Amino acid sequence: MQYNIPLPMEEKVPVALRSTPLTGMGRALGAHMVDFAGWEMPLYYTGIIEEHLKVRSRAGLFDVSHMGRLFVRGAGAADFLQRMLTNDVFRLEPSQGHYTLALNEAGGVKDDIILFKLEREFLVIVNASNREKIMEHFSSHSSPGVEIADRSADMAMIALQGPAAAAILARIAPVPDRLGRFGIVSVAVAGKPMLASRTGYTGEDGFELYPDSRDAVAVWEALLDAGRADGVANCGLGARDGLRLEVGYPLYGHEIGEEAVPWEAGLGWVIRPDKGDFLGRSALMAARERGQGRRLIGLTCAGPGVPRQGFEIVLDGNKAGNVTSGSFSPVLKTGIAMGYISGAPGEGPGSLAVVVRGKPLPASEVKPPFYKSGGVSVVSKAYAAQQENK
Amino acid sequence: MSIVAPAGTRFTASHEWVSLSGAVARVGISDFAVSEIKDIVYVDLPAAGAKTTALEPFGALETVKAAFDLYAPVSGAVKATNRELSARPDLVSQDPFGAGWMIEIEVSDVARAEQEMAGLMDATAYAEHCRKQKH
Repeated sequence: MQYNIPLPMEEKVPVALRSTPLTGMGRALGAHMVDFAGWEMPLYYTGIIEEHLKVRSRAGLFDVSHMGRLFVRGAGAADFLQRMLTNDVFRLEPSQGHYTLALNEAGGVKDDIILFKLEREFLVIVNASNREKIMEHFSSHSSPGVEIADRSADMAMIALQGPAAAAILARIAPVPDRLGRFGIVSVAVAGKPMLASRTGYTGEDGFELYPDSRDAVAVWEALLDAGRADGVANCGLGARDGLRLEVGYPLYGHEIGEEAVPWEAGLGWVIRPDKGDFLGRSALMAARERGQGRRLIGLTCAGPGVPRQGFEIVLDGNKAGNVTSGSFSPVLKTGIAMGYISGAPGEGPGSLAVVVRGKPLPASEVKPPFYKSGGVSVVSKAYAAQQENK
Repeated sequence: MSIVAPAGTRFTASHEWVSLSGAVARVGISDFAVSEIKDIVYVDLPAAGAKTTALEPFGALETVKAAFDLYAPVSGAVKATNRELSARPDLVSQDPFGAGWMIEIEVSDVARAEQEMAGLMDATAYAEHCRKQKH
């Protein structure tokens, strides 16, 4: 038995890995640790499938401290972010956040971001692998009256996700009822002051908490205690990746990247061309005029086999594209994938396939989400917008 | 669960086990292998009659996060496959030396098979091999 396909999350080159305030705890709890974007992170504690289903049915806790937390403040902060990002900053009320993109000059995606408007500053959540790049990018375009600070090391980031998340958090934090999806508040959790947002990357209700690094372990343990009766589980990034794929959320470096135009990825709904100029706008509008060269689709496999990143997608026997993310769906119990294809949609059943270990595995095109929880589906909005843009 | 491999079981460096009874070799993966991998979702096995060559792939095992090639310990032809595994791939994890067996190979030349087996590890050598792999 030998690896035939390497774990997509693991880098094989040994480098000095960075630790989050929760890495030591994960290791001590016996998590299977891997190198994720240069960070030592848990891939799973007891198993990916078990943790995945816990989050869908009860609740799970994730260390997501590897993500970047940048703060932008000053008199010019809002104007600066309006210039750097695609969504409309001026639509944000205080204590609210939204999904947005930072583009390069060619209209490609430098990063996908959650931006929160706080009372006196903005909190910018960036991908772990893009933190330094975005710091440099922002700094190089900064202007007087704008202060940018990377406070990623000062605070941890814990995601509590699942249908029981709100009940669990309410036991140890006076979270206001009005805190809706993408809202953010300052609140004491287990007596420790922190920001808490109603966000996540799983398709379930949930929260992301930003405690001081020194409080991270105590807060994690308090959440575990508070959620014990509900069966809250320690979860690793393996479950997080499967959960996001099942609900069709794009992942930077897979569905989106410097070469991907947001229209192709179905992210037109976070572009506000009417708001005025922003970095990458003209290239983006030109690309829109030219039309889409390729489109992002969802695939559900019929039969045994797991589609994975890089695998070929064939349409009527001819290569049509590649899988950008693929896995086994613990909820649907079949292989699911997203990938770009050129050309028209499949004409009928049997025409689409993913090549798994040299053999075509029949697949059908589906509009993500593959699985839809009771919550708001960002992706169904994305797809509706993409259809409108055609 | 058969924690201990049956006497006479031999092991490949890539963690397959083989147990020869007459001209039939039963093959699976070891307890060490299943302790190192989680979330087995598919076991892709060859059809009966397919030829196997010692230390060449005969099938594949898929987990949520990765795929693994399975290597034949001996040469011959596939006599039977464990059909239970198509509905219950988790049997491989639960009972690797018992209900989680994968294929039976009919060896055409017993002397050759014994020679191939002699080139594999016994339980003691395999335990040492696993101990080294762990670190």
